[in-house]
Amino acid sequence: MLTIAGKTFRSRLFTGTGKFSSPRVMKEALLASGSEMVTVALRRVDLHDPADDIMAVLDRDRFFFLPNTAGARNAAEAVRLAKLARASGGGNWVKLEVTPDPRTLLPDPVETLAATEELVKAGFVVLPYMNADPILALRLQDAGAAAVMPLGSPIGTNQGVLTRFQVAIIIEQARVPVVVDAGIGAPSHAAEAMEMGADAVLVNTAIAVAGDPVRMAQAFAKAVEAGREAYEAGLGARRTEAEASSPQTGLDFLR
Amino acid sequence: MFIAPEFQQLRDRIAAGGPDAVERALARGRLDLDDLAALLSPAAGPFLAEMAQRSARLTRQRFGNVIQLYAPLYLSSFCINRCAYCGFSAGNAMPRRVLSFEEAEAEAMILHRRGFSHILLVSGEAPAKAGVEYLEALALRLRDKFAAISIEVQPLETAEYARLFAAGITAVAIYQETYDQTVYDQVHRAGKKRDFVYRLATPERAARAGMREVGIGALLGLSDWRAEGLAMGHHLAYLRKAFWRTGLTVSFPRIRPAKGEFAPLMPVSERDLTQLIFALRIFDPDLGLYLSTREEARYRDGMLGLGPTRYSAGSCTVPGGYGDSAASGAQFEIGDQRTIDEVSRAIRAKGLDPVRKDWDAIFQQHEQGRRQAA
Repeated sequence: MLTIAGKTFRSRLFTGTGKFSSPRVMKEALLASGSEMVTVALRRVDLHDPADDIMAVLDRDRFFFLPNTAGARNAAEAVRLAKLARASGGGNWVKLEVTPDPRTLLPDPVETLAATEELVKAGFVVLPYMNADPILALRLQDAGAAAVMPLGSPIGTNQGVLTRFQVAIIIEQARVPVVVDAGIGAPSHAAEAMEMGADAVLVNTAIAVAGDPVRMAQAFAKAVEAGREAYEAGLGARRTEAEASSPQTGLDFLR
Repeated sequence: MFIAPEFQQLRDRIAAGGPDAVERALARGRLDLDDLAALLSPAAGPFLAEMAQRSARLTRQRFGNVIQLYAPLYLSSFCINRCAYCGFSAGNAMPRRVLSFEEAEAEAMILHRRGFSHILLVSGEAPAKAGVEYLEALALRLRDKFAAISIEVQPLETAEYARLFAAGITAVAIYQETYDQTVYDQVHRAGKKRDFVYRLATPERAARAGMREVGIGALLGLSDWRAEGLAMGHHLAYLRKAFWRTGLTVSFPRIRPAKGEFAPLMPVSERDLTQLIFALRIFDPDLGLYLSTREEARYRDGMLGLGPTRYSAGSCTVPGGYGDSAASGAQFEIGDQRTIDEVSRAIRAKGLDPVRKDWDAIFQQHEQGRRQAA
């Protein structure tokens, strides 16, 4: 079981609500995914309006809503969005996204750290989306982040875990759960992240734009489980280089 | 706060490992504590050559072809503790002294002339004789002459470490001696050192105060070295997570059976020591590993390039002993009597570079300036 800020999740597959062809398809796909954590863009959804098209189809007992600050270009905007969401009943969890470049939507490390500090002080449970920078991950944890969400590759690219080497360092040093977010384009990518020891993955585009989003959601659910199980079972390591079977290192000096 | 795992459980965990576990550990890129337990187990004994190869490769990869040289400067032989194994123990009848600032500076200048720019200030644990004020004042006198000053003295409070850091001390070594609390209680008969838990939390206090580097260690020969190794693995893993800005080092002081000295309760052979060093290097490739002059020249030369990264040279463990070779009252006997030049030659003969300076006091002064500005 995965625990973030005292809340437990059976499923390690986090999902999003964007890019689906209709609210009905979204609902079926998210149910099929087994996901219990669903991120919703604050700019897209009206959290306290039961008639909102997303809120209306998703059962809040079944799904934990993680509001995100998508669209925020700096810390001030992100903080304002999060506070507005909380004031309107959105709870105190926030997936922090600060993306000043509308083309790549890559997260701004400086503003993300500043916003994390401010939101933690204001009593939020902050899950920052971040580039896969190990030092930034540590700084965000020092600032009180409840989890860190490094990207596998730029959002929407479906390139998989291109940041593998950095993510491995982040996982190794982590004191909070690590959720690989963005770029996960295929179930094999999700399995790879889970095999590396990621605590969860967040997948949106790959499910939403699949030919059959419901079946793709099921495929991701299996991949995440398989990856986690392999990690827990202990993978045999790939050798980084060949090592002589009869080492020549001299130890003749030993008495 | 770090809590030491129960020692017997560590021993059981190590004993449970077989050759399969050792092979698995050696095949992995990053090792966990179970892998470390396997590498410390008797089952890993036949794999010592494989471990040497892996340890040597990692050491070269992370540190390059260099060995850092340092020298201890003994300041005081006064001690309030009674420790069964130590020459400075309060019960021992011996000439004791604490160096005046002038005397300490004279000793330091001898080391400086020998080419050392990293010195380790060492004292018995007697705050009334060599307390924080003393260390601070001395560091301020020495900081311009040395690139880096480390201390191996009594445990201090966080604020005291911060004070010493501002005065130019960058690293703290504090050895638990043994993670086996039963034995700890037996050998530490009196004094503040009897407090196992306070001592155990000392590396954390030093790290929290901003020290660049914190060193831990077990005095080998007090209890089961394998379990000491695994306990250190736990301690290191904790410190890495909690204080990611702090560099970590490990020392391997080994009690040698010598005339009139404390006989090891559980002797540690050269092979054992070697296995321990390789296991920790493979477990945490970034550790600074010390091999002091307690060990003989033959062993120290043999280990060059295989794991340890820091060597002392020409060491004397008597306060005032560099200037006065007749001074008596040593903490322990030296196994490698060679001069720094002889040790440097041996290091070069192995294709390694003996480095005498790898830090600069300017970093500290900058930090101090920033702190004052803040």
